[in-house]
Amino acid sequence: MVDFFERLGALTLSVLARLGLATLFFGAVFARMAQGAKRGALLVREIHFAGVRSLAIILVSGLFVGMVLAVQGYEVLQRFGSADALGSLVALSLVRELGPVVAALLFAGRAGSAVTAEIGLMRATEQLAAMDMMAVDPISRVIVPRFMAALVSLPILAVIFSSAGVIGAYLVGVELIGIDAGAFWSQMRASVDFRLDVLNGLFKALVFGVAVGLISVFEGYHAAPTAEGVSSATTRTVVISSLSVLTLDFILTVLMFRGLN
Amino acid sequence: MNRSKTNVAVGAFVALGIVALAFMALKVGNLVSFDSAEGYRLEARFDNIGGLRVRAPVKSAGVVVGRVEDIRLDRDTYEAVAQLRIRPEYRFSADTIGAIVTSGLLGEQYLSLDAGGDSLYLKDGERIIKTQSAIVLEKLIGQFLYNKAAESSGDKK
Repeated sequence: MVDFFERLGALTLSVLARLGLATLFFGAVFARMAQGAKRGALLVREIHFAGVRSLAIILVSGLFVGMVLAVQGYEVLQRFGSADALGSLVALSLVRELGPVVAALLFAGRAGSAVTAEIGLMRATEQLAAMDMMAVDPISRVIVPRFMAALVSLPILAVIFSSAGVIGAYLVGVELIGIDAGAFWSQMRASVDFRLDVLNGLFKALVFGVAVGLISVFEGYHAAPTAEGVSSATTRTVVISSLSVLTLDFILTVLMFRGLN
Repeated sequence: MNRSKTNVAVGAFVALGIVALAFMALKVGNLVSFDSAEGYRLEARFDNIGGLRVRAPVKSAGVVVGRVEDIRLDRDTYEAVAQLRIRPEYRFSADTIGAIVTSGLLGEQYLSLDAGGDSLYLKDGERIIKTQSAIVLEKLIGQFLYNKAAESSGDKK
């Protein structure tokens, strides 16, 4: 029994210590945001690495998610004789939820894990310590550009994901199944509000960008400097990012869209 | 990859994002269709608004002429008060009839305005006096059943 309490206590303390470490780290990152923002070339390189290189997976996934939504949505809607509403169903689910969330999950797997591994290896090979020795602040030189790249890239990727999804739904719904194109677009336009739906979706993506960015740089920066440590840090990045994206999405959805319709 | 190629790729990436956002605004969303800040306000009172919601369209002859801006309950008369925002280019006569209608059998509810023949026009902040409440399907069925029952009991006597 005492053994159980001992383990529970140790677990609680280690979780709290980790949270405290993370909070201090986040504070340090935010404090150096302005300094890091001045390094434009570094930021561009990181956006290229995190954002541009994720474009293919985002485009293809968006297209297929839209196509699947169209097929499944059509199956249900045509039972009620309202297959024309397919456009608004697809667009609303993509813009409000699937665009930001799926883009963030893919981003965490594609770019977040890579950032963690990169920074973790820098730590393991003592590059970060070497920078410190040369009076180069590793946080503003290495961490902040990667964090800001996530912040900038994810909203762009989410919008691109949603657009690709709408185009996929158009291809399947209108070209393949044969829903009237006019009804598809006009129903969509009647139900999607730019400010309430599109901009709220973008804001969600921005919040997810902050979360995924912070988690991936934190896990890399505080990875144990061994091969095993880097590998477990990479895993943790994907797991914690995905969980926090889904949790944040629920909270944001309740705040944004409850009582809207 | 050298730096200028990276810059070009990132620039194209950001441009693609802007194109996607424009696509969202113009093709998917309704940014240009109606800005709710302009136009004049009208008020309409109903005994029952049914499923009418804020942001529901206001249509005349099927054309969207405005939106429902706010819905509240009058504390004294227990009537539902709907605030409408009508586009400035449309004017409605003082004897306009406002009715809550459903588009299709299961579609969304909207407010329909049928213009009358009065030469006076409704001005900002005025009230549409003639209104027709939403048809509540349950009430209609209940009334029908009640009438049927009354009929059949009348037949027996």
